[in-house]
Amino acid sequence: MSAQSAAYPIDQRPVPTKREPLVSNGVLGMLIFIFTEIMFFAGLISAHSIVRSQTAGQMWPPFGQPRLPVQETAVNTAALLVSGIVLVITWFAFRRERQSAKIPLLLSIVLGGFFVWFQGIEWMALLQEGLTIQSSSYGGFFYLIIGTHAVHAIAALVALVWALMRLNNDQLVASQLATVSAFWYFVVLVWPVLYVKVYL
Amino acid sequence: MAHTAVAHQHVDHHAHEHHGPQGILKYIWSTDHKMIAMQYLFTGMFMAVVGGYMAYVFRMQLAFPGISVPGFGQVSPGEYNALVTNHGSIMIFWVAMPVLIAAFGNYLIPLMIGADDMVFPRINRLSYQIFLASALLLLASLFVQGGGFGGAWTSYPPLSAVGEYNQTDLGSSMWLGAVALEFVAFLLGGINFITTLMNARAPGMKAYDIPLVCWMIVIASILFMLSVGPLIAGAAMLFFDQTIGTGFYDPARGGDPVLWQHLFWFFGHPEVYVVLLPAIGITIDIIATFARKKVFGYKLMLYTTVATGVLSFFVWAHHQFIAGIDPRMANVFMVTTLLISVPIAELCFVIIATLYGGSIRLATPMLWALAFMAEFLIGGVTGIFLGASGADIYFHDTYFVLAHFHYTFFPIAIIGSFAAFTYWFPKMFGKMMSDTLGKIHFWGTIIPFNFIFIPLFVLGIGGQHRRIYNYEHFPELAGADMYQLRRIATYALLVMLAFQLVFFYNCIMSWWKGKAAGKNPWQSNTLEWTTESPPPHGNWPEGLPNVYRGPYEYSHPDREEDYWPQNEPG
Repeated sequence: MSAQSAAYPIDQRPVPTKREPLVSNGVLGMLIFIFTEIMFFAGLISAHSIVRSQTAGQMWPPFGQPRLPVQETAVNTAALLVSGIVLVITWFAFRRERQSAKIPLLLSIVLGGFFVWFQGIEWMALLQEGLTIQSSSYGGFFYLIIGTHAVHAIAALVALVWALMRLNNDQLVASQLATVSAFWYFVVLVWPVLYVKVYL
Repeated sequence: MAHTAVAHQHVDHHAHEHHGPQGILKYIWSTDHKMIAMQYLFTGMFMAVVGGYMAYVFRMQLAFPGISVPGFGQVSPGEYNALVTNHGSIMIFWVAMPVLIAAFGNYLIPLMIGADDMVFPRINRLSYQIFLASALLLLASLFVQGGGFGGAWTSYPPLSAVGEYNQTDLGSSMWLGAVALEFVAFLLGGINFITTLMNARAPGMKAYDIPLVCWMIVIASILFMLSVGPLIAGAAMLFFDQTIGTGFYDPARGGDPVLWQHLFWFFGHPEVYVVLLPAIGITIDIIATFARKKVFGYKLMLYTTVATGVLSFFVWAHHQFIAGIDPRMANVFMVTTLLISVPIAELCFVIIATLYGGSIRLATPMLWALAFMAEFLIGGVTGIFLGASGADIYFHDTYFVLAHFHYTFFPIAIIGSFAAFTYWFPKMFGKMMSDTLGKIHFWGTIIPFNFIFIPLFVLGIGGQHRRIYNYEHFPELAGADMYQLRRIATYALLVMLAFQLVFFYNCIMSWWKGKAAGKNPWQSNTLEWTTESPPPHGNWPEGLPNVYRGPYEYSHPDREEDYWPQNEPG
């Protein structure tokens, strides 16, 4: 230990102690991933907006292409949002009493599964009416953006099922549930934006 | 070869403690951050050799059109296009990124912040495996029917989107797939770097005690994560255009080809800073160590870097001044582009101010770091001409652009990597590199480098357009004086490539019978120099270090030694 030089002050520090991180590794990693995903969807949506605004005569959907099922999808949007709310309830139930989180977690998965299934039904109908990914840039963007979201929803559902299985074996820890939930919240919250931009 | 030695040491010391994979698997299935760094480093070096070979072939074709290039044969126009395209792609995505970010990021971040490994070691391993798959896919694309993709590394549609136009149906899809896989690999790596830096620091290491190179790699990762999304979206659209016949970029079917340029350059310009920042971080760390002086303005440097990162998201359209964008928009992007040279100039002044009054040791790593500054400055200054939308109308797609970005990318990817490699070689392999051979290699690289690209500036001002297979077909570009300049560039390239043999010789000989390095051969402060060289599995066998001060306390007047390691109490 030496006397400090006035020109070069250096703060003397006590022996440091290990700190707990503010956000757990899993949640932090997932949040960073979600930022990338937000930019990814922003890229898709802005591409869609640019092409839509340049369409001759502002005909959107273009002539001869079917309209999208706005009302049915509104119902489906509600199902997805409820699923997100139920997952919030799951989190608080898990914090209070682990095993009591099973029912809301299962309900959340069922609602999310309903959303994906119902979207699939809609796709089949649209394909029969002649809206395909090659038929126009309207159809192309519809299947690209909604399909990308569906892939995300399925991946998030698989993660939620994994969490449910771990909860069933009483192995699930809070940071794992938080990581998986963060991804599902992303899937839920990005959907209304897609609904407004693509369907309306 | 060399990473074999590192792995052996691990096993010798710790076979009884760690039950990782054994045998050959420990080289390809390890989750140790140092092993993954070595995998990235050696893959990147191999790809650099491939990219250098391509440069040799097409430079020969440009200087002596139509000759049979030794080691390749006659170059056809399609092959020429494939060579330039893949040279660019390889040097940026498979050399600069894996070496500067993935290899040195993986190696340095845990060691410099005092952690035993990355926070997600298995994701880290997956990242390298995906990267390796992407490299193999790219190399395979060169040998499929029709040859490798030839639509330039920027891959503008409709040329890249329609097989009839580019004549490389399979090659272009494989190229795009390889680039997409490579992005996935760096996404996984980036998540790891950012989370590790935030959550796994040694006790006592505050935000301003983190060495700048770690900050720079992490800020670069953040830029990458934020900018890559739109390009992935664009790449998905391009992939569907290529394979299942959608019309996202086809104007006849309601699409928009300029859309790709926006999505590509929204990523492409931040990408320049993604590779620049690690190189600047490496340079500033080396300069502080070899000038024996505290970094001038640590916080200034950090905030400047963040400002650069933010600004870099608002400059992308300066690549599209002649793509038919609105001139009012061109004005806006010109202003932001010229603005971004302010923080970059600040970073250069910080480096110069750190040198001022230091007691400079001109070891090989220091030479590389100083050369980075000097050469990058030329690249930066010539960028001003291209950023001005009026001048760019003339300069666009000439060799002036080409020489400009080689004056930025060569210092970043090659000089920066050599600086880092020669500086951390003693830590990675436990042996000192030969300084004499290192200096021969240094001058043998730097002098020819200037002889390659200064003639290309002159040719660019003379109107020589890029991406032309044979200038014999353009009488005004086929004069004897222009051929003389082209040949100077090609001869200089041959000299430079020949001097790389000195580097490989130096690596192998130093690793084989170099002087043992000891823990801290450069008398540096940062934490990686407080453990063994090479560090064992788990990095600090006797327990992780505590941190008491910032990383650059050199030449403190109250101390006998002119350095003060971060982990030494009071």
